[in-house]
Amino acid sequence: MAVAAGKAARVASRLRGGGSALPGLVAERVDPAFLTHALADLPHGIVVVTGTNGKTTTTKMLVAILRQHGRKVFTNPTGSNFTRGVISSMLGELKLSGRLETDMAVLELDEAHALKFAAAVKPTHSLLLNVARDQLDRFAEIDQTAKLLAQLAEQTTTGVVLNVNDSFVSRIAGHVPAGVKVAYFGVDPSIADRLPELQEADVRFEDDFAPPAATATDGLLKPKDDRTFEVRFGDAADGADNVGPLELKQRGLAAMINATAAATTAKLLLGNDFRADRAVTALETVTPPFGRGEVIDADGQPLELVLVKNPAGFTVALGTYGSTPVTTMVAINDNYADGRDVSWLYDVSFESLRDKGVALTSGVRAYDMALRLKYDDVAVAEVQPDLDLALKRFLTAYKDEPKRIFCTYTAMMTLRRDLAARYGLANFGEDAQP
Amino acid sequence: MSSSNTKSKGQIKVVHIYPREMSIYGDLGNTRCLASRLRWHGYEPLVHQHHPGNDFPTDAHLVLGGGGQDSGQARVEDDLAHNADVLRALAAGGTPMLMICGMYQLFGNAFITVEGERLPGMGILDVTTQGNAKRMVGPVVLQTAYGDVIGYENHSGSTQLAPGQQPFGTVKSGMGNNGTDKTEGAVTGNVFGSYLHGPVLPANPSFADALIKLAVEHALGEPFVSGRIDDEIADQARTRQVRRLAG
Ligand SMILES: [Zn+2]
Repeated sequence: MAVAAGKAARVASRLRGGGSALPGLVAERVDPAFLTHALADLPHGIVVVTGTNGKTTTTKMLVAILRQHGRKVFTNPTGSNFTRGVISSMLGELKLSGRLETDMAVLELDEAHALKFAAAVKPTHSLLLNVARDQLDRFAEIDQTAKLLAQLAEQTTTGVVLNVNDSFVSRIAGHVPAGVKVAYFGVDPSIADRLPELQEADVRFEDDFAPPAATATDGLLKPKDDRTFEVRFGDAADGADNVGPLELKQRGLAAMINATAAATTAKLLLGNDFRADRAVTALETVTPPFGRGEVIDADGQPLELVLVKNPAGFTVALGTYGSTPVTTMVAINDNYADGRDVSWLYDVSFESLRDKGVALTSGVRAYDMALRLKYDDVAVAEVQPDLDLALKRFLTAYKDEPKRIFCTYTAMMTLRRDLAARYGLANFGEDAQP
Repeated sequence: MSSSNTKSKGQIKVVHIYPREMSIYGDLGNTRCLASRLRWHGYEPLVHQHHPGNDFPTDAHLVLGGGGQDSGQARVEDDLAHNADVLRALAAGGTPMLMICGMYQLFGNAFITVEGERLPGMGILDVTTQGNAKRMVGPVVLQTAYGDVIGYENHSGSTQLAPGQQPFGTVKSGMGNNGTDKTEGAVTGNVFGSYLHGPVLPANPSFADALIKLAVEHALGEPFVSGRIDDEIADQARTRQVRRLAG
């Protein structure tokens, strides 16, 4: 019953051009045990990917590696990282039996929904990426977010992958039930000084938990240069399972650590079937999800849309792109999906934009953004709260230059729609979600 | 760092108390704002960060504190007790202070937990906060002695002013101290407590300058001479929020 009702809603919402979460809501109402049933016996497991930053990118990478190994994987590609979004993307792939006929499921879920999901279906594996301040108006406290991840680990039945460098995450090892495997991912000690590029240090206090030395199941990131890196497993002498050297399509240390997390999780899932060369192929070909470094051709010039939603994410984005300054616009909305509080902009340093300045600020909080930049001595040429007008102005006034837009989630959705119409981009931004 | 071609009108020591533990919602922006505005007005800011375990600087001219989470609060309680007499003496002597959210609560008489446990505060502001299961979260507009003030609140404590305690402002939109009596924050002498993040000072420059004026006059013993600052962007940011939220 639930499958048919949900499928009908999915068609209806497509016709209306509606969002991805609605049909899932219908199925959830019709049959609360829907998820349990659909995911009942996937032979190779149910993997939940969660944490504050990098969920969408890491999930995409992990799925690519698993598929490269011949696994049939169900995932939530619209990145609708709420339970409902999972159900709604599932409806397209369900047999009428209401079961999913794949080997495994890899699901990106936000911290709160990961737990809701676990209440219905126990994940066999979970990958816990990081904890950072994000939309505190929704999650209230960072300690609370860390607690949610620990509870997810407690519900996981087979294996948990933890970020060894984030003490909020690594100490979750103490919550993992006996008999459940723990693997760590992180950076090679030789680049420990670059950790501040990946996480905020100021809210992480001294901790008495010391994770054990890396073993053969733990993946560590070792960059060779700006683009090339290796994922090294433990200190196995032969290094047969080391992944790389390789280059991603996405730039920056954050993408490399996401790849490290994905490779470590894939190795845990695949065991002896894991092949480093297949992981390399998958990681080198996977394209960045929308808004995470995807480049659009705008009248012959590259235009990058970069989603920003919390201090750690914005800081990482500025660090990643700071080495190649281009004409910049910043668009800040404060709708529910963006986080209604813009205080966090004061926890980001914008000094890297100082040399070139910012061409435009836009969105509902355009003036607040301009004010923030003023306090970092970054010149703002124009403030235009209306996103459509701002985009038009940005594209015409800076026609012959490479461009970049940093934007919050709902601002990105508006800009994406405009850009898709303007440049005739089909299915543009299919897999976007905060 | 004094500017090279004009002589500084004087040094003002700005102390941010517990920047690591109690500044999770951008409250450091208040310190950044005051330092910049002091400079723009022709004064020389000296910003000092006070961390737990150190003696509080007795020569502070302006003291700022922010909101944290419970774990941050737990980490500063001993230090606050250790430095309580210094802070009370500075407050009584007229040193201006701005305490946001968690630090506002700690500057009150007490915090009563949901379980009924009474945790004593500094007693500088005559307010008492009751822990709540429900949080008060959202954008705020206040009417204050400095005009309309905008910000963002995010607190679970519900604060009551003792009879005779002045509030910082009257709520035009949002919850304020407790969601019922329309008061927000508290002011005693030159000590201001408020729930407003945002951070509150950048978008409300007349309030920021009022704190600077108090600090300059208290520290240097001479009238505050303002410089010329273009606040068009801050005024736009503020008036747009006021229009949006309070008509
Ligand atoms: Zn607060």
